[in-house]
Amino acid sequence: MRYSALALLRGALTGQRSWSPAWRSPEPKAAYDVVVIGGGGHGLATAYYLAKNHGVRNVAVLERGWLGGGNTGRNTTIVRSNYLYPESARLYDFSLKLYEGLSRELNFNLMLSQRGLIDLAHSRHDLDAMARWVNAMHMNGVDAELLSREEVAERVPLIEMSPQARFPVLGGFLQPRAGTARHDAVAWGYARAADALGIDILQNCEVTGFTKDGAGGVRAVQTSRGRIACERVGIAAAGHSSVLAALAGFRLPVTSYALQAMVTEPVKPALDTVVLSPGTGAYVSQSDKGEMVLGAALDLFPSYAQRGSFALTQSILAATLAIFPAFSRLRLLRQWAGVVDVVHDSSPIIGPTPVPGVYIDCGWGTGGFKGIPVGGWTLAHVLATGASHELAEPFQLERFISGRLIDEAAASGIAH
Amino acid sequence: MRLNCPYCGARDENEFVCGGTSHIARPALEASDLTWGEYLFFRDNPKGLHYERWRHTYGCGQWFNVVRHTLTHEVLAVYPMTAPPPQVG
Repeated sequence: MRYSALALLRGALTGQRSWSPAWRSPEPKAAYDVVVIGGGGHGLATAYYLAKNHGVRNVAVLERGWLGGGNTGRNTTIVRSNYLYPESARLYDFSLKLYEGLSRELNFNLMLSQRGLIDLAHSRHDLDAMARWVNAMHMNGVDAELLSREEVAERVPLIEMSPQARFPVLGGFLQPRAGTARHDAVAWGYARAADALGIDILQNCEVTGFTKDGAGGVRAVQTSRGRIACERVGIAAAGHSSVLAALAGFRLPVTSYALQAMVTEPVKPALDTVVLSPGTGAYVSQSDKGEMVLGAALDLFPSYAQRGSFALTQSILAATLAIFPAFSRLRLLRQWAGVVDVVHDSSPIIGPTPVPGVYIDCGWGTGGFKGIPVGGWTLAHVLATGASHELAEPFQLERFISGRLIDEAAASGIAH
Repeated sequence: MRLNCPYCGARDENEFVCGGTSHIARPALEASDLTWGEYLFFRDNPKGLHYERWRHTYGCGQWFNVVRHTLTHEVLAVYPMTAPPPQVG
């Protein structure tokens, strides 16, 4: 059923009772061509692009819990492509461009709001680094503008600019096309579109093992809902990538950490852009509901707990209040964490694994939400064709052996 | 989370810094690229018991080992840097 204003009006005549579920909940079939493990944004996007770009429709998405219940529902909803290196710029800007057309393509309102993202400079070194950063973005064809102190003050009057400021703001830079998108809608939009193309989405279906043939290639996955035979497997499980890799019989250069975020009570519109202060760790935007969304930093010890330590909550709040003193009277509504897959160069891994037939999309660390469209696009490409997509070629697992890392400190947004 | 520094006793988490996985043996210099890459970057990253190093950075400054569950954060053992990994659980 196509969503439109007309359909809404027509529905009004019948008390809006005519809507059907956005996707089916089928029973698992005995076999699929491709099984995608992980029903978050990346897994659902992979399934959608498998069907749409490659005509591979005999596909199941296996999700241990519910759709978008992991990091897709636990991030700070920010999309951007302010990266330094050419490989990263191509990858992330392709993702942002897909986001720009996605609501229309999926016929699902992702509420993409390109309100811009301002990085704050607190020292002369920050200013120099940002000038270099902006130049690199221009060279890579990505939009960016340096801002003076006065321009920052004019754009975001709430930022502490007084002579007593603990962290003086000397300037900053803006990526105008960055912004926010509704995270649940990204998962649901891809799920609905994938379902419409015939893909089976299986929730409450946990993978418990892999069955291999004599040559070591994957033949089936064991799940909590029975054995499912398949020719190829795509893993898109973020912080649980290592767990699935261990089941399949290989290791990854990944460590899982809890990434915290939190929201305040909702207030009237006060902040119409995203503000990141890399020096202090403050990362703030206002949701459409009015909550101040505060992120995000890692508890710096390995963790699979989807909650963050109070010690870090305090430091995030302290940093936020140093930049936005006016928020000191807001009450905190919720605090949570997602388990993120951090690699040493803060760049993703998209491609084959040591197990024939098993492919992976992981290593996005603290920045997976913005990478959903391109993660799905490139994992679908390698699953369908057996060859890595041009954009994903630099982002292979093999780089950790060859040493050709893409050390993208900007990927993390916040230094850690 | 609170950790038991073997020298200072129970202290808050933010006095400590985690130094990552313990008991990783450095390969010989003639190791292959594969062995060296695995040594530098590849980790078990278990959802469960993790043998790891911690430093009481904002206290006595001493390093020590901890066996901690990565899902519950329960600490099952604390032992000296040079001791072999204990059997727990």
